Amino acid sequence: MLQAPVLIAASLLYLGLLFAVAWWGDRRADQGRSLIDSATIYALSMAVYCTTWTFYGSVGRAAVSGIGFLPVYLGPTLVMALGWFILLKMIRIVKANRITSIADFISSRYGKSHLLGGLVTIIAVVGIVPYIALQLKAVSSTVALLLGYPDIVMLPRSPTMSVAADISFYIALILAAFTIVFGTRHLDATERHEGMVAAIALESVVKLVAFIAVGVFVTYGLYGGFGDIFEHLATHPELQRLTTAIPSGQGYTGWFSLIVLSALAVLFLPRQFQVAVVENVNESHLRRAAWLFPLYLLLINIFVLPIALGGLMHFAGEGVDADTFVLTLPMSQRQEGLALLVFIGGLSAGTGMVIVETIALSTMVCNDLVMPLLLRHRRLGLAESKDLSGLLLGIRRGAIVLILLLGYCYFRLAGEAYALVAIGLISFAAVAQFAPAIIGGMYWRGGTRGGALAGLLAGFVVWGYTLLLPSFAKSGWLPGDFLTQGLFGIELLRPLQLFGLSGIDEISHCLFWSFLANIGAYVGVSLLRPPMVAEATQATVFVDALQETGPIGAVLWRGRAKVSDLQELVGRFLGPARAEVAFAGHLRRHGGRQGDKQEADARLVQFAESLLAGAIGSASARVMVASVAKEEPLSIEEVMHILDEASQLRTYSRELERKSRELTAATLELREANERLQELDRVKDDIMSSVTHELRTPLTSIRAFSELLRDDPRMHLPDRERFLGLIVSETERLTRLINQTLDLAKIESGRADWNACELDLKEVIEQSVAATSQLFREKEAHVDLDLPDNLPQIMGDRDRLIQVMLNLLSNAAKFLPPGSGRVRVVLSLLADGLQVSVTDNGPGIRPQDQELIFEKFRQVGDTMTAKPSGTGLGLPISRRIVEHLGGRLWVESVPGEGATFLFTLPFALQHELAVGQHEQPGQCGGRG
Amino acid sequence: MQRRILGRDRLVAAFFAGCVLFNYPLLSVFDRPSEVFDIPMIFAYIFFAWALVIALMAWAIEARSG
Repeated sequence: MLQAPVLIAASLLYLGLLFAVAWWGDRRADQGRSLIDSATIYALSMAVYCTTWTFYGSVGRAAVSGIGFLPVYLGPTLVMALGWFILLKMIRIVKANRITSIADFISSRYGKSHLLGGLVTIIAVVGIVPYIALQLKAVSSTVALLLGYPDIVMLPRSPTMSVAADISFYIALILAAFTIVFGTRHLDATERHEGMVAAIALESVVKLVAFIAVGVFVTYGLYGGFGDIFEHLATHPELQRLTTAIPSGQGYTGWFSLIVLSALAVLFLPRQFQVAVVENVNESHLRRAAWLFPLYLLLINIFVLPIALGGLMHFAGEGVDADTFVLTLPMSQRQEGLALLVFIGGLSAGTGMVIVETIALSTMVCNDLVMPLLLRHRRLGLAESKDLSGLLLGIRRGAIVLILLLGYCYFRLAGEAYALVAIGLISFAAVAQFAPAIIGGMYWRGGTRGGALAGLLAGFVVWGYTLLLPSFAKSGWLPGDFLTQGLFGIELLRPLQLFGLSGIDEISHCLFWSFLANIGAYVGVSLLRPPMVAEATQATVFVDALQETGPIGAVLWRGRAKVSDLQELVGRFLGPARAEVAFAGHLRRHGGRQGDKQEADARLVQFAESLLAGAIGSASARVMVASVAKEEPLSIEEVMHILDEASQLRTYSRELERKSRELTAATLELREANERLQELDRVKDDIMSSVTHELRTPLTSIRAFSELLRDDPRMHLPDRERFLGLIVSETERLTRLINQTLDLAKIESGRADWNACELDLKEVIEQSVAATSQLFREKEAHVDLDLPDNLPQIMGDRDRLIQVMLNLLSNAAKFLPPGSGRVRVVLSLLADGLQVSVTDNGPGIRPQDQELIFEKFRQVGDTMTAKPSGTGLGLPISRRIVEHLGGRLWVESVPGEGATFLFTLPFALQHELAVGQHEQPGQCGGRG
Repeated sequence: MQRRILGRDRLVAAFFAGCVLFNYPLLSVFDRPSEVFDIPMIFAYIFFAWALVIALMAWAIEARSG
């Protein structure tokens, strides 16, 4: 089933399917329901990185160098980890400036320079066209192989074959037609091709499925799994070297260089720039694609080694090219269906690369090479033409055909030559030369047009000398002594050992010298003079692309242009209808009337320029807009002034944000303060009501006894004296209550007078015990004192502390059992202060009451049965005093075994540091 | 915001981990003629390290809890 008609039919059917998908994708895009609005499709489209060089070539490389085929996939994996850093910025820049290609990107960054755009285009074309030739070679040689089925014949290409009989010529033509239909159906200002992306994503799936199918067939069909293959390997000692890390002599330096090179290639190859940056629908897709794309690379590489080793063992000594194992292994087993699938997979890998690469290159050739020349030399002719969109499309289509024919010619010329086989890495090294100008341009404001030109040119020349020309020499197109003796016989100029540098592989060698020249020239020349106006403007647009304020490009223009002139200009390149729609949309969004003769504002001029930039490149767009607008050039000072203002504006807005945050915080604090106040108010009310309640009790009894005395004049004298005694004691209680309430209120409100000074606690305790000795004598209680001498002094208020001690002692006395009472007062030393404990052998306090007693007006114990004898304020006041002095007051008690009240006070020095500034230590000198 | 920065830091960490794992001298440590699961050690190592870096990236990007 593998005859020519079947192959042709299958190929055409497959291409037809792709076309249908692309058409559907474009239609959905026009309806605004994007087919490719998914991170997975975005990642699959990035997999256009895997060409036939991967599909067939990986196995070939693995057959020579073991895992040496891997670094070109590890580099992209690493770079995707930094995708949010580099790719995201590129996407933002491209979208904001309607950049359509890598040449436009560089030219736009360095002041919209035609010269730079042209140079980048030339480097890209020189570097990539041979790579396209490689795809043609792969597709045509697989066709030739399949046509030889069931035999496996390695045909050397006959150089005499006529073009008309050469199948690859027709492949090139079909691809050209296909690319034209895909890529240049219409002119779009954003230069995006949704249908093409959809088709590319499908191709990525097909090539992955095909490759894995072969892998599974070889690993599990031909052999019994991975382990089996490596077991068989033991019988082939000549293949053992493939199972080590670096078998081919490229060394770890070469390995590292390939990782760097591929990391740069995956960013700067025109096809990668096209799918990853220009065709990006939604920048959030980048997140998931950052790991999906590396995963794709991992999957497509899993079976490379088994196929390579399987092929080497299976075809040992038969002279089958390892590059064809993917196809020849199924063929040798008569797996016709699988062989056809592989062919389609290879076709996918080849066509995907050719289509995207050619579209990207043709955009560059048109916008950065042809249009600038046409605009310069036939300015008058172009100016007369009403509608140039046809011409633009024509140029692009011509460029596509030209590029593919160039590829075909190179393929015819090179044949099996080294210059074609090794072109993958040579291409990578060519596009890597863009890296300094692009990365430098995105992160360094100082890069100038001159620096970029010098760097690119130097890098390109060194690349050509150390990599491209040697590949020509190895193909026999240049005399071989060029390699061995150097240019003009100068030994130092030997291209593979430039200036005597030897001992590393040629890729590392080229990478080192070309980057040295490239970066050196770029930085060196850039530093020669400060950036000019246009460069400084664009530097800001690029470097600040991730800042959240809008593009500032529009502010950096001053001049006069008529709306109608601008619209007519855009119409000439995009077609009048599209221009009409675009302008109407813009004016609707930003205000202004259409078509009249009024002046356009800077924003509209910027909009027109960006529309044009999509169609003809940013440099040409600048020239064309300048042709209808009377631009008044801004001086570098003015530009810097505007930029400063913009950055000041940013600073102000940050400042404003900060202020508003502070304001929010202040409001919050205010609200909390207010709540605290309300709480205090409530507490005050509570105190008032309980105080009133407490006052009423003694008042009521005083009044009752007084009334009794008044109403009964004949009362007996003893009764009269008893009542009067009660009245006096109740009055005393009332006085005490009022004093303590006032005292507590003072302490709580912070208005109490404190006379803090260093004092000896022992003395205070002794004084207090002496003052209460009468109380204890009345109860016949015994007081024990344990007061060590020479303890450090503490900081406190003597009178207040005596008040605390009196409170605790009288409290203890109150609850002592009559006759057998014992009170023990202990002063002891702690790590950071002194502790005083007052222990009695009274009834004790229930655990649930141990905190309650410190609340105001709470008396526990026998209050239900006996009349309260205290005010209920002694303990709360004592606790407040101790806490104010930096200590703690609490109770420990077991009911029935007495209670111990304890308080601590910190040493003088510490406390002084903490609260000393609020006290007045000087006043205590005369006391004590 | 904080979460996004953490995710980015994780990606940067994955990048540096990959740089170390994929290169000399770690590579040479695993370049020895023994086998893991019947697969030559260097093959097993490089694919494992690769998968690990991708898994790290996926975690950094997809983890919502971070």
